[in-house]
Amino acid sequence: MQDESSALAHRLDQLKQRYPQAEPAMVAEVVRAVLASMQGDLTAPETALLAEVAELGRTIARARAEIAALKVDDITASHIPSATDELDAIVAHTAAATEQILEVCEKLDAQGLGPEVTTPIYEACSFQDITGQRISKVVATLKAIDAKVAHIVAAFTPELDDADALPEMPADAELLNGPQLPVHAMDQSDIDRLLADF
Amino acid sequence: MIDKSMNVLIVDDYKTMLRIIRNLLKQIEFHNVEEASDGSEALSKLRGGQFGLVISDWNMQPMTGLQLLQEVRADARLRHLPFIMVTAESKSENVVAAKQAGVSNYIVKPFNAETLKEKIEKVLVHAG
Repeated sequence: MQDESSALAHRLDQLKQRYPQAEPAMVAEVVRAVLASMQGDLTAPETALLAEVAELGRTIARARAEIAALKVDDITASHIPSATDELDAIVAHTAAATEQILEVCEKLDAQGLGPEVTTPIYEACSFQDITGQRISKVVATLKAIDAKVAHIVAAFTPELDDADALPEMPADAELLNGPQLPVHAMDQSDIDRLLADF
Repeated sequence: MIDKSMNVLIVDDYKTMLRIIRNLLKQIEFHNVEEASDGSEALSKLRGGQFGLVISDWNMQPMTGLQLLQEVRADARLRHLPFIMVTAESKSENVVAAKQAGVSNYIVKPFNAETLKEKIEKVLVHAG
């Protein structure tokens, strides 16, 4: 078993040198080759190890088949663009509605209705800015998921390994900042306390 | 005593937000309000005019509110200009970065008119 382990390590080293970016299919091939090379009587621990290695090979093969069947084209060509378009439409429609509300509010101001009526309306209209930023974060997250799924599928399906065809991975920075969920966010009094510490 | 006839520059890449802040400022009697849609446009207006207060968003392209603040503080003529950041960026590291860059006060969105008024008065009294 010691000799076989050394032979396996040697074979893996050779493959690593020949193929620095080894694909999962190659690992499965190595597993099959190792299994084929194992002969003679095996001890109980060796048999258990052999079973584990064989299961590993089958798991890799199954994962490959399942990922290849994902229809990544549907996700990248249809589902995610459709979702981002819907979200963009929400932003556009709520922005148009907000502009209309502001216009009416300005007319009420001009008629001297008083800030006690119009100020709360102006304040409430700022929701549009916050929701717009939140939706932009969701869109950026969807695009990041899209890119990562495409990269994973390409790694498991060599026929799709045209890197140029894959969407660019958004930088993590694009997913940071902007409005935080209330449970995580500091409110104005927290910020006032922080500023007072300087 | 605060001089409410001063020119106020409001900076945001979102025109609805500019409109809201302009109206809220009008209600607290600041009528001379100019707008810019990003940091670089704001910097150009500040260098070409006379302003008594800047109220700026953070997230804008190509120049952010923080970069605008840094440019203002590095400019010999503008370095003492009161500068309020009004932003959804509420992480403590953002607040600290703005403070270190010399922000006069920091308002987190969504905000109300009373908070805006209170911060403006505090900043202008301190500057005066």
